Amino acid sequence: MTEPILSFRNVTYTYPGTEEPALSDINLEIMPGEYVGIVGLNGAGKTTLGLCVNGVVPAMLGGTRTGEVVVSGLDVDEYPVREMAKIVGMVFDNPEFQMSQITCAEEVALGLENAGVDVDTMTESVAQALELVGLKGFQERSPLGLSGGQQQRLAIAAVLAMKPQVLIMDEPTSNLDPIGKQEVFGLARTLNQDYGMTVIVIEHEVEVLADFADRILVMDKGKVVMNGTPTEIFSKVDAVNKLGLRVPEATELANILEKQGFWKGPKPIRTGEAISRVTEMMGGS
Amino acid sequence: MALRKSKVTAPDRIETDLAIKVENAHYEYPAGNVVALSGVNLEVKRGELLGIIGQNGSGKTTLTKLLNRLLKPTSGNVYVNGLLTTNRSVQEMSAHIGYVFQNPNHQLFARTVKDELEFGPRNIGVDDSEIDVRVADAIEFFGLEAYVEEHPYRVSFPVRKLVGIASVLTMKPSILILDEPSTGQDHQTTRVINSLMRRLAEDGTTVICVSHDMPLLADVVERVIVMRNTEVIADASPREVFADRDLMLTTNLQAPQITEISLATVTKRGGPIALTAQELADDIVSRVAQGGTK
Repeated sequence: MTEPILSFRNVTYTYPGTEEPALSDINLEIMPGEYVGIVGLNGAGKTTLGLCVNGVVPAMLGGTRTGEVVVSGLDVDEYPVREMAKIVGMVFDNPEFQMSQITCAEEVALGLENAGVDVDTMTESVAQALELVGLKGFQERSPLGLSGGQQQRLAIAAVLAMKPQVLIMDEPTSNLDPIGKQEVFGLARTLNQDYGMTVIVIEHEVEVLADFADRILVMDKGKVVMNGTPTEIFSKVDAVNKLGLRVPEATELANILEKQGFWKGPKPIRTGEAISRVTEMMGGS
Repeated sequence: MALRKSKVTAPDRIETDLAIKVENAHYEYPAGNVVALSGVNLEVKRGELLGIIGQNGSGKTTLTKLLNRLLKPTSGNVYVNGLLTTNRSVQEMSAHIGYVFQNPNHQLFARTVKDELEFGPRNIGVDDSEIDVRVADAIEFFGLEAYVEEHPYRVSFPVRKLVGIASVLTMKPSILILDEPSTGQDHQTTRVINSLMRRLAEDGTTVICVSHDMPLLADVVERVIVMRNTEVIADASPREVFADRDLMLTTNLQAPQITEISLATVTKRGGPIALTAQELADDIVSRVAQGGTK
């Protein structure tokens, strides 16, 4: 039987100087190759959960964590953050904040340098990572001259150069236009499907998650309160709304129609499904 | 190629009912002759709710910076409340036009959230009792009670963004520009921003919202201008703009999911274009109840 790539057992965490735990009694398993979306209100604990996976919480941010976080068979508490960075890559919402170097090659090489990789291997890994994110030949370009979508792909390349098994993206496209959004989520899907990388994405835009994720975790007040496939989760429209969250517009449409007795059967979560069902209702094409 | 500057001087002040009037504005960034805006004409009425959409780099932010006088047009004229911005300081214009940055880190600097909210109105000479009223109102509206004495950088990014909006609102500008207000915000907070924009417009404030959040704009604004490659290429209602597939394609923008469903179903059969799930559901119900229409 396959072992989970990531498991949380009874994890509770409290930030320094606060009383309420940011995470409370999280139990969770994620299997290798899964694409998991996390939704929840601001302050629900989504980012904190992500930071537990690479050990930044509690190693760098302090506070107290109980329970056990195991990533790829390693107990996070027993390894320094720089070791975990080889297994877990994390990308944040503002790529500009992650850019610190003069050229794209240096940007991508930063993590490798810190890990003490030799120059030849580094040059090759940088080239591979840039190619993977669709920035082949960008080595000498300045990160600041790139579009938002390109910058975020560069940030992902910097993480990929470490060849992590898990990629965590925390609202990776909130500063990007729709085309940049497609670039980043398309890339994550390629990494997931073609390279078997486990992807965890924290995202508010539920339509995007309905398109890409295999599983959705809904967080509220430090707990994982719903856990299932996008169809399972978003079909429970009232429960999701009650948490202050929304479902895809396609699902909301079916929900309104269902309440008036005009919709039967499963509710769609994607545009195409909704179009075919509505077309059917109105008597064919 | 150097732009030939017109020798005709524009009037310093014009009589107008418009909140904003932009006449043939061009802007070229001094470094590297990068044209960021070409030939933009725009009229915005007082109390109007206007959305600006377009890809990153299309000129949206440059246009809004011309409005609040952070930038001066290379050529052309910009009038705000009838005043030619070129002849006035950023501080003078800040009493007329409020600007909320996309990234609150670019605008917050006080020691506490409360100080931050008080800073703007104090800076433009509002008296203390009035400042207290405005600050209390903003704290209540945005639910910032728990953060009043916190350092703006100690609160979470989403809360900091709300502080950024609130700190401009306390100046009560007659025109408010919001740059990507819903970025990084959850659904609940986006609804707060949504109702804020409506409330301001009802009170007669002109609101300009630059955003990639199409459902937000579909729900709130009356008019959208679409920018591409330094130009304004469309100016219409969100309904017309989102229904224009060619326009969406050429600008790499995406209509709200519900509008896409509407276009492929009821709109195709001669029905209206829906912007919300409720609108589309109502239309489907009336059609199905009539036994379906081909």
